Amino acid sequence: MTIKLTIMDQMAQVAREHGKTLAPLRDDLVLLDSGLDSLGFAVLVARLEDTLGIDPFTSADDAIFPITFGDFVKVYENGAR
Amino acid sequence: MARAETLPLRQRLAGALPEHVLSDDETRVSVAQLLHGTSLDGRAADLAGRSVLIAASRQLTAALALIELDGVARRVTILPPDTSRDHLASIVADAEIDAVVIDNGSRWDSALDLPVRALCTPGIRAGRNAAAAAAQTEWILLTSGTVGAPKLVVHTLASLTAPIGGGKLNHAVWGTFYDIRRYGGLQIFLRAVLGGASLILSSGAEPVAAHLQRLGRDGVTHLSGTPSHWRRALMSPAIAAVSPRYVRLSGEIADQAILDGLRATFPDAAIGHAYASTEAGVAFEVNDGRAGFPLTTLDHAAAGVEMKIVDGSLRIRSPRTASHYLGAAPAPLRDGAGFVDTGDMVEQRGDRYIFAGRRGGIINVGGQKVHPEEIEAVINRHPQVRMSLVRPRPSPVTGAIVIADVVLRTAPGHTVADSKIKDDILELCRRTLPRHKVPAAISFVPTLDVASTGKLARRHG
Repeated sequence: MTIKLTIMDQMAQVAREHGKTLAPLRDDLVLLDSGLDSLGFAVLVARLEDTLGIDPFTSADDAIFPITFGDFVKVYENGAR
Repeated sequence: MARAETLPLRQRLAGALPEHVLSDDETRVSVAQLLHGTSLDGRAADLAGRSVLIAASRQLTAALALIELDGVARRVTILPPDTSRDHLASIVADAEIDAVVIDNGSRWDSALDLPVRALCTPGIRAGRNAAAAAAQTEWILLTSGTVGAPKLVVHTLASLTAPIGGGKLNHAVWGTFYDIRRYGGLQIFLRAVLGGASLILSSGAEPVAAHLQRLGRDGVTHLSGTPSHWRRALMSPAIAAVSPRYVRLSGEIADQAILDGLRATFPDAAIGHAYASTEAGVAFEVNDGRAGFPLTTLDHAAAGVEMKIVDGSLRIRSPRTASHYLGAAPAPLRDGAGFVDTGDMVEQRGDRYIFAGRRGGIINVGGQKVHPEEIEAVINRHPQVRMSLVRPRPSPVTGAIVIADVVLRTAPGHTVADSKIKDDILELCRRTLPRHKVPAAISFVPTLDVASTGKLARRHG
């Protein structure tokens, strides 16, 4: 599965568990409008570390604060290189 | 003549100008107007000398009631919005509550049967009618206890305002992501009104972007929140709507990433992180943009604040600490010498002390304290579970999240059955616990370490 599909899959899973409705995941979707809240993203980042083996936010030298879904996916794609 | 810090809040606000307002997403109220009127429909006299529960649904009405009742009520207990109904009876009993202030929309309206009930509205009626100031009002703040029930922490206006300097801020507009019904937010409320500033309050259901746009529109100059609040704000395009002169963090460990992120977003702002807890009050502020605090902080604390590190944890003695807990058999809040043990563990790295988590394994999830024992008790109810250990996992979003290691009664191995048990345990947690206490992940482990005390071995950090 590609990184993007894995992220979409995990986001759907977390949204289900948290009883949230997920917005359609377009690249320009603002993350805060996706339906997940801070806690949802915290769980998502932890699950992605388990499935993808990376936490690009904690390992990066510079602070990263992605704004859109596309940014978020890019952070993982860059982190996986 | 009474010292200024022992005067009731209303008298200390006497210099408020008409342009100093408290506002939320619906209403703006002038502080000066409240000084010559009532938000309680003239009922303050009925609340004089009583122990009053502030059970408002809005921060704005809670703020108005607090201004009107300090120096009038014997005690005000401030109910945070997420208080569980299960704990209400013990709060009422422990704080000897005999009156309640609600507002339109308060969810406690039908749950409370108390001798006196008063309605607070942001529509201020003219006419001064509060009873003469009695003794110092006790301000009771709630903080999370070990088995879920909140602890009741006793402050006074004097201890709450001791960290606040006497200076007035010129044309300052404070904003806060905190709820002012908890210590961190209450500090900002008092800082704003005593400093002659306006304050923009958050509203429960308001989206982050709408809140940021409102802060920008109303010209926020001083903005405060936890690192988790700030991480969320930095993920919103609407962050561009605000340009504060002062950015403040407290309530959680401020790591270097969030400090750097704020510096990059607000290159011209002063950025400070404060160390504070409900029990210990505000101890110190760090303004050099680096995580942790300089070793010299211990010797150069603010006037009246003494700090020391004993057995790795930070201890604080100052006029800013709370005095005691309420309740039938309360634990001591301060030791014999008057020091509050914060339970926050620190480690020396070079010329800094760095926060290394909490003793006893207490986990801070986005500013909310989580006691692992409470979650373990729920997990251990599952018939297949022998024992469990809940521990923190660092999170770049909320500082930490909780995960669980579980020992099963039968050795794990059957993959399908194991996955069913995991789902069952998580379902049990979701049914029983608030969301931030539900483990993000569960691992089955063959065994857990038990310390010589007979308790599960927990490592802080």
